[in-house]
Amino acid sequence: MANRNVKLKFDELSSTLGTFKGLEIQIGRIMDEEWEEPMGPTPMPSVSTLRSWDRKLLNRYKPFYMPFCDLCCLCTYGKCDLTGDKKGACGISMPAQQSRIVLLACCIGAATHAAHGRHMLNHLIQEFGKDTPLVAALNTNVEAPHVRLVCGIKPQTIGDLEEALDYVETQIVQLVAAAHTGQEGDNIDFESKAFHAGMLDHVALEVADLMQIATLGLPKGDPEAPLAELGYGTINPDKPVIMCIGHNVLPSVDIIDYLMDHDLFDQVEVGGLCCTAHDMSRYNKRSKIVGPISWQLKFIKSGIPDLIVVDEQCIRTDVMDQAKLIGVPVLATSEKSCLGLPDRTHDPAEAVVNDLISGRSPGALVTEPRKVGEIAVKTAMAVRKRRGEKKLVDLGDLKEIASKCRTCMECIRACPNTLPIMDAMTAAKEGDYGPLAELNDLCVGCGRCESACPADLPILTMITQASKDQLVNEKYPIRVGRGAIQDVEIREVGSPIVFGEIPGVVALVGCANYPAGGGDVAAIAEEFLKRRFIVVTSGCSAMNIAMTRDEEGQNLYEKYPGNFDAGGLVNVGSCVSNGHITGAAIKIANIFAKRPLRANYEEIADYIYNRVGAVGVAWGAMSQKAASIAAGCWRLGIPVVVGPHGSKYRRMLLGDQGKEEDWKVFNARDGQEVYVGPAPEHLFYAAETLEEAMVMIAKLAMRPNDTSKGRAVKLSHYIDLHKKHYGAMPDDLHLFVRRGQDVPFTMKDEIMKILEAKGWVEDRIASPDPTLLDRMVRRRE
Amino acid sequence: MAAKMNTGQTAEIAGPKKANVVPNPDVAAKLISRAKRPLLVIGSESTAVKTKDGDLVDTAIRVMRNEKITVVATGHLVGEFRRRGVTKAYSMGIFVLGKHLSDPDWRGFDGLGSYDAVVFAGFPYYMEWLVESGLKNFSSLRTISLERSYQPNAEWSLGWMPEPDWKDTVDKIVSRLEEGK
Repeated sequence: MANRNVKLKFDELSSTLGTFKGLEIQIGRIMDEEWEEPMGPTPMPSVSTLRSWDRKLLNRYKPFYMPFCDLCCLCTYGKCDLTGDKKGACGISMPAQQSRIVLLACCIGAATHAAHGRHMLNHLIQEFGKDTPLVAALNTNVEAPHVRLVCGIKPQTIGDLEEALDYVETQIVQLVAAAHTGQEGDNIDFESKAFHAGMLDHVALEVADLMQIATLGLPKGDPEAPLAELGYGTINPDKPVIMCIGHNVLPSVDIIDYLMDHDLFDQVEVGGLCCTAHDMSRYNKRSKIVGPISWQLKFIKSGIPDLIVVDEQCIRTDVMDQAKLIGVPVLATSEKSCLGLPDRTHDPAEAVVNDLISGRSPGALVTEPRKVGEIAVKTAMAVRKRRGEKKLVDLGDLKEIASKCRTCMECIRACPNTLPIMDAMTAAKEGDYGPLAELNDLCVGCGRCESACPADLPILTMITQASKDQLVNEKYPIRVGRGAIQDVEIREVGSPIVFGEIPGVVALVGCANYPAGGGDVAAIAEEFLKRRFIVVTSGCSAMNIAMTRDEEGQNLYEKYPGNFDAGGLVNVGSCVSNGHITGAAIKIANIFAKRPLRANYEEIADYIYNRVGAVGVAWGAMSQKAASIAAGCWRLGIPVVVGPHGSKYRRMLLGDQGKEEDWKVFNARDGQEVYVGPAPEHLFYAAETLEEAMVMIAKLAMRPNDTSKGRAVKLSHYIDLHKKHYGAMPDDLHLFVRRGQDVPFTMKDEIMKILEAKGWVEDRIASPDPTLLDRMVRRRE
Repeated sequence: MAAKMNTGQTAEIAGPKKANVVPNPDVAAKLISRAKRPLLVIGSESTAVKTKDGDLVDTAIRVMRNEKITVVATGHLVGEFRRRGVTKAYSMGIFVLGKHLSDPDWRGFDGLGSYDAVVFAGFPYYMEWLVESGLKNFSSLRTISLERSYQPNAEWSLGWMPEPDWKDTVDKIVSRLEEGK
């Protein structure tokens, strides 16, 4: 591996050139070539290195922009009106401005994961040493597929990850600079840069998760990772409750360690929200997962937490106000989110605890993770004692509160999902709390309704209180995040995935900004598990999958195994575990197909795009991190479907199935350019309904390389879902059936009739050895 | 018609170019009937939107009696038309449709040419807001929103009105179209 910043000092050196005194040589980096694989063409690609690859994709999937704002207000020339074909004072057009915002979103996302990784790396190197072996998955030789693919290095210790992170950070700076006034002006180049940010993001994700797996003892790709508890009802409010919110597990690890070391785990409840909760459960399954981000505000407002510990990302920025309302302190643990609190990192723990308990300070900033545990546990225990029986928030008579509703509709207009809050209030005025309770499952917990209410009604708490009987019983098992996919699993499924016999890999990832509750995610998961797809999940989606039971009281984690195989439900873990999902696609190209991995991005992406029927689904995508994760999928040729709110990312990447010239590939066997049909048809697609998404997922799993058997399997799912939800056969089958053998046997007569009506001709759609890269052609005729 | 420029969601405000409020049903009907190739786009929330005909799907089916008007259902809504025995409605994802509509070379569902007036109803508020933003900026189409709330990115939008008034307005627009006005 590489050694960095090596210094050699000689008091005196005699050589054939002469004698040198006081010689000092400093070397930036020494490459230790233990990795036998030759360096590929694109080690540590710069911003424009993969531009031609991006343009191949973007030529097929041309952006459709839907400006979320008609103005640019990023410099003092502005605001500039960019409506239609107007240009800004700097010359920027509307398409360029929209793609510029996409780039900025992706940069924020990638920077957030990289900064998370950097914080952990610095801490874990300090605690465990940089030579700690990077062993992060059982039965696996190809650790860190993203780092190998993008950076061309083979990390073997956690210290080796520094180089990858250095590269990511340097590139993000370049990308952000491109968004400055008077820099990039072409929308497609902005898009290419967004793809670059996405690629960097997946390197950062991988780095962040691998190091925590390697050092903290998280499951190492174990399909039978243990079950942990999830749900509002898992927390016993009688005990002191520490509520950890965010995405960086290090402070929570110290809390768990302190409880273990002092034998206090039975006396204190430690619960998590959002991805910190995932990683806490991976560290110790006795910690509880309260739920996804949508539960954050509602849970705080319940009064159950006795101490709120925030680390980073997706935390309520008004957490201080919320904590004050329930009379509990806040412990901030990240420099990225200081919340106006005094830095107490270097103060004695007892002093900090005393100030928090007494209320002299509403909170404290403690940025050294190993100081958090003692402060958190002692504070929570004392605060719990102080709060006594008055801990839980009880609004009293909801009818009386609801009577103050002015029926002004401001709550409905503020609600992202236009939920019928006003109707629920009207019913509550009459003592009927059912409609309020029904909102609970649909509410994304943003709190905008309360903020908008001119009567200051505590709407969220009213919803929670109305559904209290249901909530206290909400306890679900969830298989804790297992981390990476093992090489041995890839060997098993590589062939059936690439030839299409496993109909696809569906990755349900991302946030909880759902249009109609988290049950939709579970519905998608179950539909595709029954159809023997591989379903992979992470983050809030993985939690929501747990929160739906069947009639026999079982959830999907109880019904389906955790291995990466047909019909497996694979929870990889938190947001930073998403790198393992795309990493599995990379490993299919490398391990199964034996494509060179090292710094060979284009070829691997080309392979995945044409052969691996993977589809990303972020049904509740909300954040900039979700944007950069999606962008990393796009560059690898993996289509992404988002829910309705995902349309607010302001542009889609859509193919046009009617433009035959867009769907040509090279046949690597003879160099001929041939038509392969629109597979996959779109690269970024927002579905309006759950049912539309399901049909689209099945359709986007098709790839040019499918064997006839594989294509028939994929078509049968597409047709079946289409008939179920659209009430008829799809009208574009003639674009996906290449020859008679592609037609699902049981539907042959019906389909052939449709194909004939469309003038379908056998083999007009080719079945080549598909590639978009001219250089991959092996022989030319 | 008590029209107000209240957006359906508070923050989804207009840009510098914003929709004209349709002053009365006659104007809306004329905007549609004077188009050479009008397209009615019906969104996934249509079954939950009650009208004098039943719901918006029923109203769209009534509109389809005017053969000049093409109807396309987005999401998976076309299944609902089929369940009601109507097979003439087309189906397309809303943003794929938006992309086609902003392409002057698109030949439409029947291959006879693109559309010159596009009418929207039955959508999640923000989705319609976004697709109309795309069309406002990247097409010269006439867009008309028949939602109960003001849609600022359409060229013409009904203003916000109480539900009974809205039902009455939509009924009058469809009646005028039936009369060929």
